[in-house]
Amino acid sequence: MDESFKPSRRAFLRGSAAVAAGSMAGAAAASGPDPLITELQDWASYTGVGVDETPYGMPISFESHVVRRNVEWLTASPISSINFTPIHALEGTITPQGCAFERHHSGAIELAKPDYRLMINGLVDQPLVFTYDDLERFPRENHVYFCECAANTGMEWAGAQLNGVQFTHGMIHNMEYTGVPLRTLLKEAGADMNPDKWVYVEGADASSNGRSIPMEKALDDVLVAFKANGEALRMEHGYPVRLVVPGWEGNMWVKWLRRIEVTDMAVESREETSKYTDVLEDGTARKWTWEMDAKSVITSPSPQMPINHGKGPLVISGLAWSGHGKITRVDVSKDGGITWETARLGKQGDTKALTRFYLDMDWDGAPMLLQSRAMDDTGYVQPTKEQLREQRGENSVYHNNCIQTWYVNAEGIAENVEVS
Amino acid sequence: MSKSPNFLLPALGGTALVLGAAFGLMNRDYAADKIDTLETRVEQVSAQASSAAENAKAEAARATELEQKVAEIQAAAAKQTAGGTLAEPAPRIEGRYGLGRAAHPEEIAAWDVDILPDGRGLPEGSGDVWTGEEVFVDYCASCHGDFAEGVDNWPVLAGGFDTLADKDPVKTVGSYWPYLSTVWDYVHRSMPFGGAGTLTNDETYAIVAYILYSNDMVDDDFVLSRETFMDVEMHNADGFIVDDRAEAEYAAWSTEPCMENCKDEVEITMRSVFLVETPPEGGSNSVMNPVSVKGLPSFTAAGPSFIPAAAPKPVDAPASETTDVAVVSDGDALLKHGEKVFRKCSACHAVGDGAQNRVGPQLNGVMGRTMGSVEGFKYSGAFAEANAEGKVWTAEEMSAFLAKPKSYMKGTKMAFAGLKKAEDLDAITAYLASFAE
Repeated sequence: MDESFKPSRRAFLRGSAAVAAGSMAGAAAASGPDPLITELQDWASYTGVGVDETPYGMPISFESHVVRRNVEWLTASPISSINFTPIHALEGTITPQGCAFERHHSGAIELAKPDYRLMINGLVDQPLVFTYDDLERFPRENHVYFCECAANTGMEWAGAQLNGVQFTHGMIHNMEYTGVPLRTLLKEAGADMNPDKWVYVEGADASSNGRSIPMEKALDDVLVAFKANGEALRMEHGYPVRLVVPGWEGNMWVKWLRRIEVTDMAVESREETSKYTDVLEDGTARKWTWEMDAKSVITSPSPQMPINHGKGPLVISGLAWSGHGKITRVDVSKDGGITWETARLGKQGDTKALTRFYLDMDWDGAPMLLQSRAMDDTGYVQPTKEQLREQRGENSVYHNNCIQTWYVNAEGIAENVEVS
Repeated sequence: MSKSPNFLLPALGGTALVLGAAFGLMNRDYAADKIDTLETRVEQVSAQASSAAENAKAEAARATELEQKVAEIQAAAAKQTAGGTLAEPAPRIEGRYGLGRAAHPEEIAAWDVDILPDGRGLPEGSGDVWTGEEVFVDYCASCHGDFAEGVDNWPVLAGGFDTLADKDPVKTVGSYWPYLSTVWDYVHRSMPFGGAGTLTNDETYAIVAYILYSNDMVDDDFVLSRETFMDVEMHNADGFIVDDRAEAEYAAWSTEPCMENCKDEVEITMRSVFLVETPPEGGSNSVMNPVSVKGLPSFTAAGPSFIPAAAPKPVDAPASETTDVAVVSDGDALLKHGEKVFRKCSACHAVGDGAQNRVGPQLNGVMGRTMGSVEGFKYSGAFAEANAEGKVWTAEEMSAFLAKPKSYMKGTKMAFAGLKKAEDLDAITAYLASFAE
C-alpha cells in the first residue's frame, strides 16, 4: 500500500491503491523514454541534506504511514490500551522499536536510570536492592525473542472482524534483547530455587502489573533486559528495565521491572486470574496458559498490502513463530486449505523468535484463498479456527493461534474472511 | 595417519636383537673373537631399539595430542555450523558477584504489599459496606458506576452470574474472580485509576466489602477485616483448571499434516465485519463492511469456481489530505508542554469537546471560574466552602493548588501529590486556560 499517492480515505476503502499503483506500473512499462531517466532530476543536481540534520534519524516521509495504530473502540481509554505493529509493511524479522506495539495498563511512564531501583526479596538469604548501574555489571547475554500479547487475534474468535493484518496479528514484536539472566540475580540473593517455588515480578508504574512465574522457567531463559535492538529500551517498552519471558504471553514481560519476590505459591494477581485466563465452552477457565503456541500469518498480500502489479511473479511473504521452540516448516495454501505447498524459510528458525517465510509464485490473476500453517520442532501443527473452536468454544479472548485466511480477488485486493 | 608406521618401530628393533643373539650362539668355537664385536653390536642394536622405542613413544604421544586438537577443531567447527557462532551463555558462577546492597526492612514494607490467596500479607484494618459505598462513589463510580455495573468500556465489577458459558461472558468479581485476595491486592495497589496507592487500608477493606455487597455475596451489615477475610466464599473459586493444552490439544495437533485434497470444496462463510481506514495522521477508523458473501467464488483443487467481475472503479477524490504545518510559536510550545503535563491529570479530569465529570470535575473554562462550581460534581467540604466564599481560580491560585493540593486545600479528595516544577505549573495553567466553557 503506497500512500505516497495519497489516496482519499473513500478511495482507500475501495482499494484504489491498486488503481493508483497500476498507473505507475503503466508509466514504467510505457514504450517511450522515461523522463525520470532522460531528464535531469532535482535530486541529481542540487545537493541534499547535510549530516546531523536529524541527530536521531526517523524514516523518510514517504514511509510515514508505517506506524503503529490503535483501534479506539476496543478499550475505554488510551491510557489502558493497546496498539498494533504495522507488520504488513515490515520485512525480515526484527521489529524496529519505534513501531513495535505498545500495551499499557496505566500509561507509559518516564523513569530515569538514576531513579531506577530493583528489589529482590521473599524467600531469599539476603533481600537486595540493585541500581541500574549494578545490573550492567553482571555478565549479560543477547537473544532475539518475539513478544506476543495473549490477546493477539483475540477479536477473531467471533469471526472475521478487522480488515488488516496489522489489526488481526499486530500485537507482536521481535527484538534482540541484551540483559542479565534472571537466575543470576536469584543466585545473587541466595534464593530458594526449589522447583515448587515461584517468582513474582512487578512493575513500577501505577498499574503495578504483577505476574507469578514458576521457578523452573525463571531459572531457564528469562532475562532482565535493558537494551533492545542495540539501544536503550523505549519508554513505552519499559525503559530502563523490562523482563523478557521467551515464548510466554506478553503480559508477563513486566515493564519498568521494580521487584522480584520469591514465593511459595502463585500470587494469583489480577492479571493472572480475572484477565489472561481462557474461558472454555462450558464456562470453566484455563489458568496459567503461559506459552504462545505455534502460529503464522501471511503479511503480504494482505488487506493493507494488495497486489498492485497484476499477473506474473508474486512474492508471498509471512511470519511464523512458536513459544515452544523453533519453526521447522511453514506450508502455504492458495485454495483455502485444499492443497498445500511447503514455503521457503528466509532463514533457519530461531528458538522463540519470528521466522520469515516466502512462497515465490507466478500469479495467473485468478482469485485465491491464502492461508499459512506453521510447524515447530515439537511437531505441533498450527490448528484451523474450526479445530480451536471445537476445543475451546468461542467465549475466549486469548491464545487464538488459528490459521488465517485472506481472500484475494482478481484485482489483487485482499480481505479477511472465514472459510468452510 | 602418521601413527601406524611409528608403532611398527619397536617391533622391528626387537627382531634385530633376537636375530643378532642367535647368530652369536651358532659360531661360539669359530669366532670367539667376534663375540666382543657382536656383544658390542648387540648393545648398539639394543640401544638403537630402545631409542627407537622412545622415539615411537614420543611420536605416539604427539600423534594423540594432534588427534585431540583435530577433534577439538572439528567440534568447534560443528558448533559453528550448528549455531552459526561460537556463542556461549553468560558464565554461571557458583559464588556471588557482591553487587547490590541489602534491602532495608522499611523498603521491603513499602513495596512488598502483595496479598496471597491464603490471606498472608493482609494488614490490620477493617471496613463496612456502607462506608464502602461512600468511598466507592467518590473514587470508583465514575468508571465502574454507582452499583459497580461499569460505565462505557470500563470494567463491570458486579453481576454476570451464570454467563460464563455464553459467547460473551460477563467476568466480574462476583461471577469470575476466584480469590478475594486478588480484589484487595488490586484495589489497594492499582486503584483508583490515576491515583494508585493512595487508598488507606481501611478504605480498601470498605471498598472490597461494598463490591462483595453489590454482588449479593455479603449482607449490608458485613464488616470486612483480616479476621473475616477468609470466611468469604468466592462464587467461581472452583471454576479454574490448570492449563491442559498439552493433553487436550498438543497430542492431537502434532500429526503429519495433509498436503493434497484435504477438502473437496471451500466456501467463504464470512467476510470482515469492519474495514479499517488508516489515515495519515495515525490511528484508525473502523467502518462497517457493507458487502455480503454472495457472489464470491467457491474453491476446489481445480481453483476458483468463477472469476467475479471487477468492481466499478471508484472516482478518486482530490488528494487534499495534507495538513498545513502550523508555525510553532513559544505560546504553542507552552501549550504543548501543558498538554503533556495534563497527562498526569487525565485519568480523573477531562477537558475539551464533550468533557464530562469523572473522578474529578471536567475542566473546561476552569480558569476564572468560581471554585467548586461545576454542575453535577460532588465536591469535598473544603471546595464547597471555597465556593461559598466565592473564591475564583486565577493563575496564582491554580499554581498554588497544583503545587501542593493537600496543603492548599485541606480536605480535598484529589489524590494528587502536586507539581514540583515552576515550568510545569505555568504550562498547565496556560493549557487549562486554552479551554473555554
